[in-house]
Amino acid sequence: MNQEEQVKLFGLWGSPFSKRVEMVLKLKGIPYDYIEEDVYGNKSPMLLKYNPIHKKVPVLVHGGKSIAESLVIVEYIEETWKTTSHAILPQDPYERAMARFWAKYVDDKVMLTLWKACWAPETEREKEMKEAYECLKCLEKELGDKSFFGGETIGFVDIAADFIGYWLGIVQEASGVTIMTADKFPKLHRWSEDFVGNNFIKEVLPPKQKLVAVFKAQFGGGATSK
Amino acid sequence: MASGEVKLIGSWASVFVMRARIALHLKFISYEFLQETYGSKSELLLKSNPVHKKMPVLIHSDKPVCESNIIVQYIDDVWNSSGPSILPSHPYDRAIARFWAAYIDDKWFISLRSILTAQGEEETKAFIAQVEERTELLEKAFIDCSKGKLFFNGDHIGYLDIALGSFLGWLRVVELDANHKFLDETKTPSLTKWAERFCNDPAVKPIMPEITKLAEFARKLFPKPQG
Repeated sequence: MNQEEQVKLFGLWGSPFSKRVEMVLKLKGIPYDYIEEDVYGNKSPMLLKYNPIHKKVPVLVHGGKSIAESLVIVEYIEETWKTTSHAILPQDPYERAMARFWAKYVDDKVMLTLWKACWAPETEREKEMKEAYECLKCLEKELGDKSFFGGETIGFVDIAADFIGYWLGIVQEASGVTIMTADKFPKLHRWSEDFVGNNFIKEVLPPKQKLVAVFKAQFGGGATSK
Repeated sequence: MASGEVKLIGSWASVFVMRARIALHLKFISYEFLQETYGSKSELLLKSNPVHKKMPVLIHSDKPVCESNIIVQYIDDVWNSSGPSILPSHPYDRAIARFWAAYIDDKWFISLRSILTAQGEEETKAFIAQVEERTELLEKAFIDCSKGKLFFNGDHIGYLDIALGSFLGWLRVVELDANHKFLDETKTPSLTKWAERFCNDPAVKPIMPEITKLAEFARKLFPKPQG
C-alpha cells in the first residue's frame, strides 16, 4: 500500500489504546476515516472481519489491509509515512531500542498497575499503591529533564504513556484515589500538562467529565470491595 | 555502530535468550555468552536490567538492551548489512510479524506455560484445549505469512520464525509432560514441517537445548505435587 490509499480507523471514544493511533495520525497530518465501534455492546461485522483474533479496537485499515494492536499500528504508520514531519521513533538503533523498551514497560506493566491501585479494595490498596509508586518513580527517572520522553518532541514512549498523561488524572478523580501528584512526581506532572497541551493531542482527547461518569458508573467509588 | 564488543547475559534453557542468540548467529556476530546460575542473579544482570532484573540482556559497547524481541530488532537494525534481513522489508509484513510475535508471547505462551502449572486433570485439559486452538491460529498465520515459502519470513528465518521457533524445545517438553501432541502432521502439517526446518537451520541447531536436559530442568522449575 502507498500513502495515498484510504486510511480507516476503528476505535472507541474513551480508549487510550485507540487514541494512541489517532494522536500519531494527527501529529503526522495523515487524513483518515474514523469509525466508532460499540465494543462493549455490538461489535460490527467489519471489526470482526478486520480483527478476528482479538475482536478489539483499535484496528487500522489501509488500502483494504488491516493491522491490530495499537503500538504495532503506530510503528506501521511511522514506517509507511516516512516523508512526513514528526518522527515518532528515533533514527539511532540504540535510542530506538530504548524507546521500544519503555513503551513496552508502560504497556505491559505500568498501566495495569496504576489501574489496579485506583480500584483495589481497601485490603489490597497499600500493596497496589506501593507498586504503582515504584512504576512512576522509574518513569520520573527516565523522563529526567527532557521535555518529553522522546526528547524535544512527542515520541513513541509519550504516545504509549497517554494513559498516564491524561486518563490517570480522570481515573484518580473517579476513584477518589490519588497516586500521581505534582509534589511526588514533579517531572511527570509537568510532562503530562505539556503532553495534553499539545494542539494535536488536545484535538483527540475524549471529554473529561464524560469519562469520569463512565468510570464511576462501571467501576464504582473505589472504596468498596468487589 | 556495528563495531564494539558484544556480550549476552542469559541461560541455555531460556526461550527468550535463545531468540537473541539466533539473531546474533544469523548476522555472524561473535559474542561473549555470560551464563547466569539458576537460582541467583548476577551483579551485571541487576545493573544492566534494573527495571525487570531478567535475561536476556544484550550489552553492545557497554550499552544494555533488554527484552528479547526488542534485542532481535536492535540486532537487525545495527547489523543491517550483515546476513539476511530478520524483519520483513515491507511495513505491512513487519506489522503482521509484530502482531503475531505479540500474540505468541501474550496468549499462546501463557496457555502453554499454564499446562505445566495446572492443578488437576480438569484444569490441565482446559489449557490443552486452549493451546490446541491457539496453535491452529498459528498454523493459519504460517500459511498467510510464508506465502508458500519455507519460513514465516520467506526464504530465510526471520523475526516471527525466531519468536515462535525459540519455544520448540519447551513445546516438546510440555507435549511429553501432558502426553499430547500440539504439532502433528494431521492437525498442523505446515507448522510441523516448518518446525523441523527451523530446528535444523545452522543458526539454530547448535543452541537448541537437548530435550531430556530441558525436561529435567522443567521438573526443577515446575515441581509436581506429591501423591
